[in-house]
Amino acid sequence: MSRLLYAIAPFALLGALIGAWEVACRALHVAPYLLPPPSSVAMALAQNFPALVVAAWSTLSVALLALVIASVIAQVLAVAVALSPLTERAIRPLASVIQVTPVVAIAPLLLIWAGLDHPHRALVALAVLVAFFPIFSGAVSGLKAADPDLERLFDLYGATRWQRAMRLKLPSAVPFLLEGHKVGAGLAIIGAVVAEFGAGSGKVRGLAWQILEAGNRLQTAKMIAALVVLGAMGVALHALLEAGEKAGLRWWRGR
Amino acid sequence: MSIAALRDVEVDYPRGRALGPFTLEIGAGEIVSLVGPSGCGKSTAMRLLAGLEAPTRGEAARTPGRGETAVVFQAPTLAPWLSARANVALPLELAGVARAEAAARAGAALARVGLAEAAAARPAQLSGGMAMRVALARALVTGPKLLLLDEPFAALDEITRRALADDVLALGAETRPAIVFVTHNVEEAVYMASRVVVITKGPGRVAGEVAVEGPLPRPTGFRTGAAFRAQVETVSALLAQGMAA
Repeated sequence: MSRLLYAIAPFALLGALIGAWEVACRALHVAPYLLPPPSSVAMALAQNFPALVVAAWSTLSVALLALVIASVIAQVLAVAVALSPLTERAIRPLASVIQVTPVVAIAPLLLIWAGLDHPHRALVALAVLVAFFPIFSGAVSGLKAADPDLERLFDLYGATRWQRAMRLKLPSAVPFLLEGHKVGAGLAIIGAVVAEFGAGSGKVRGLAWQILEAGNRLQTAKMIAALVVLGAMGVALHALLEAGEKAGLRWWRGR
Repeated sequence: MSIAALRDVEVDYPRGRALGPFTLEIGAGEIVSLVGPSGCGKSTAMRLLAGLEAPTRGEAARTPGRGETAVVFQAPTLAPWLSARANVALPLELAGVARAEAAARAGAALARVGLAEAAAARPAQLSGGMAMRVALARALVTGPKLLLLDEPFAALDEITRRALADDVLALGAETRPAIVFVTHNVEEAVYMASRVVVITKGPGRVAGEVAVEGPLPRPTGFRTGAAFRAQVETVSALLAQGMAA
């Protein structure tokens, strides 16, 4: 019984909030362009579903492509750091600068570089910028997390720098890399959405563009519907990556 | 003939002296226990003997070449992403032995510690005692001339540690490496070695040495014999003196 309550508690709260929202909108006669009731949002969601799915895929594909690119760059750099800690010393400040600079602020510059005809490239580049850091950071922490006694064994057996990097440091970093990818994927979505806002053009019709476009037309219900899709996409991706991380750890540990 | 020797070595760390002045000579094929209280510098002495660390002052002389020294630490220190066999094969592969041959020799080493069945298992699937046997197999697989055991049974239950102690002695008798066995357990120190070196509280110096009589590996019932009990008492007394000093 208590387990059942435990499972339904979040849904109960969500249902109660939506119910209160619906009732409040009707009772207080709130203007629909200001705050449409959930029923209108549901209608907007149903009417625009195909367009929203296409838009969601547009945003998701940018984020996933960015994740792959960020992953490759971060891992190549991680190998360099594993081989020589000097590399980390050199890269770290630059990586930090990229991390702390808001991606919205970089967006206009990248949009110019990518060219007006290819805003898609700028979006991917911006999402790469934000997804890169947690993966690289995780890799670097992981490289330092190798068991010190295993390090001593590698000393004892006269391991070369390459052997130490490939057979000790990188495998030790795997759990940290998995975690980094999970965080990085979430950030890639945020990066893609923020970049779409920055681009603001009709060339790339992702979810952010749908929100902007509906906002311009005061279609508030459609804006919220797009937000719901964005949220659902985020939750689904997070769950997928969480499962991926678990499976990865099981493989790494053998159980 | 000495295989490793520390002569008047001192080791200073930023927080103070860890060891010394300390002198210890290990003969080829000899089995020596180092016993002393926690923090006396036993593990530091071990790292000096392994060549993993250099003394601040004094001389550490070693004859074994690369791959001829093996260490077993307090924890099994296995790579979790590798199978038991791959863990044991690692020292061979680092030394450039071909993968297939390394795997075969690793399998044989696992069989010698009674773990032929567990070759494909990952460390997380092994019990503490089994993981320690894998670590022992990894140490023996290169056929070391000097085997350093740094409190290898400290985390194991009494039954397992006794069984492992006998296994170490039996395996040692096959290939006859010099063995240095570090412990803070007096009975274990006496049981494992033909010579017990007692170390004072840190920074460790030699408080005294006790030669242990009796055959190695130990016959059954050795622990209950009067000679064993007497030597445990002698070592305990030395240890107490070293703690007071």
